Amino acid sequence: MTVYRVYDKGYDNILKGMKKMIEVKGLTKKYGNHTAVSNLSFTIEEDQVYGFLGPNGAGKSTTMNIITGCLSATDGTVAIDGLDIYENAVDAKKHIGYLPEIPPLYMDMTPMEYLEFIAEVKKVEKSERKTQIEEAMIETGIKNVENRLIKNLSKGYRQRVGIAQALVGNPSVIILDEPTVGLDPKQIIEIRELIKNLGKKHTVILSSHILSEVQAVCDKILIISNGKLVACDTPENLESLFAGTKTIKLTVKGDSGNIDPILNNIPEIRNIRYKNNGEKTMVEITTDKESDIAEKIFFAFADARMPILRMTEETATLEDIFLELTSIDKDVDIETENTDDESVSEEYEDHEEYNEESEEPVKEEEAEDNDGNI
Amino acid sequence: MTAIFKREFRSYFNNILGYIFCAFILLFAGIYTMAINLKSGSANFEYVLGNMAFIFLIAVPILTMRSIAEDRKQKTDQLLYSLPVSMTEVVMGKFLAMIAVLLIPIVIVGLYPLILSAFGNVNMFAAYGTLLGFFLLGSCLIAMGLFISSLTDNQVVAVIASFIVMLLNYFVGTLADYLSYSPNATFIAFTVIIVAVAAVLYYMTKNSMLAVIVAAILEIFLVIIKVSNSDSLYGLFPRIMDKISVFERFYNFPNGMFDITTIVYFLVITAIFLFFTVQSMEKRRWS
Repeated sequence: MTVYRVYDKGYDNILKGMKKMIEVKGLTKKYGNHTAVSNLSFTIEEDQVYGFLGPNGAGKSTTMNIITGCLSATDGTVAIDGLDIYENAVDAKKHIGYLPEIPPLYMDMTPMEYLEFIAEVKKVEKSERKTQIEEAMIETGIKNVENRLIKNLSKGYRQRVGIAQALVGNPSVIILDEPTVGLDPKQIIEIRELIKNLGKKHTVILSSHILSEVQAVCDKILIISNGKLVACDTPENLESLFAGTKTIKLTVKGDSGNIDPILNNIPEIRNIRYKNNGEKTMVEITTDKESDIAEKIFFAFADARMPILRMTEETATLEDIFLELTSIDKDVDIETENTDDESVSEEYEDHEEYNEESEEPVKEEEAEDNDGNI
Repeated sequence: MTAIFKREFRSYFNNILGYIFCAFILLFAGIYTMAINLKSGSANFEYVLGNMAFIFLIAVPILTMRSIAEDRKQKTDQLLYSLPVSMTEVVMGKFLAMIAVLLIPIVIVGLYPLILSAFGNVNMFAAYGTLLGFFLLGSCLIAMGLFISSLTDNQVVAVIASFIVMLLNYFVGTLADYLSYSPNATFIAFTVIIVAVAAVLYYMTKNSMLAVIVAAILEIFLVIIKVSNSDSLYGLFPRIMDKISVFERFYNFPNGMFDITTIVYFLVITAIFLFFTVQSMEKRRWS
């Protein structure tokens, strides 16, 4: 596994020029003994679409619920446009439009009545109410069902009414928790288009466990795993940073015990993963893109008289990055973990290894960022 | 708050609950007016209200069961939490909507004394004083029901729990008559209550030290009273039980007493339960 920390203090400063809409500091949420979110810190800038990515149960919804004031944090602070979500709750919430995982709709109302209610609660000026509701309905495409009872609407339309609800009041931040779940492919594409459009005028945060979705609509991706932020960057940067690595897949006759000492002699290797398959072993090697070690590997095995049955090279896709970043053991603290990986990897049957060198480039980058901003 | 009030009020008449509640009270008001005033030729309208107070036991839980439980079930409570309104406003909006529903049959029933006065000499002050008491009793019970509804996401649980709590409250005055008046009985009863308070405290805070200390302080206090002035405990517990019952209090009105303390009592109980409801809603965010 690669120690990959794009997010650091220097990162904040790079984007200092932009207005901070949401500032989350040291957010922790515990349910009894279970820690859902642990020490999460990040900043959300104006007028961008942010994607909250993570596997199920990573803490996405919990984080969103805390940001919107639906849930309270065990520790840490959330500030919306400089207003604390607990101390200035009412004012802070005026800046937020929130669509929870299950659209919070009153089944006995029509979309029109519902949006009127929302506009009134959000204290939209009476004169503006009609136009705002109209706009929200047109934007989400629910104008044709405005007078039908919500309980008679399909899931897709309900979702749209939920989004329209978030838009009313023209909040500067729109938070959508898994907005495309349960929709048909056509609806998904429409909702994505809608989200892209919203990003022009609002700051949008959406959560998803579907990578392609986040990739398609988001300017920035926050990857969260086991309640911790593991990466925060643009999709292109994430890809290019990881494209810095490539994967070599080997199928070798012999077991991992014998292979390990051979590969240990090759310093360019960042990370090794084994999978036993009878007398064959599949080996996944991660290495820097520039280093051409295929030859070295070949001769190393040749010297040991172990036959390589197959060898292929792959460069990392965003999918791989996501899998890699989120497949970390719960107990491992990403920020401190760099050398004592032995215990962790054994638990997972994945023998993972760190090379001291792999740490260096990241560290240097951090240093540069910091220097640049002093 | 007005937005929530309007939405809630409308929702009671979007489904059948509001109609059932009003019809139920009007039906019984009609039956009792018929029986007491018309059939027996009495001009005392306050007796009608005195006799029909028990129907709140059924009508109020039906009205209050869905107010917050339904929000939790449909997840619309998340909307309320994320909207720029305080929980106090939400709870007040919901409460006042139910009060408004209660006012509909009250206003209609309020016409009865006027109709009766065409046929005889109605004591208007007693009739309307009792109607005020009847209304305050209703709002008191609605606040209780609202609180119970905020504890669960299941309407059936809410309606049954509300019914049981109100039923106990209804009978507690009668039960008090069967209790021993001796200081020892009161001492034991209070000790049991102290233990129960400590248990609830422990359950809520998971802090055994706090629970034990609070229980110990209360118990020591009780022992001091017992030792220093045992007579002051005589019959204290049954008397308190008698005073707890909102129904017992209400009977002051039909008995011809326009009791300010009872009015204050109803308002205080209402306020306490509304406060509890707000706390219960706030607490949900912490769990």
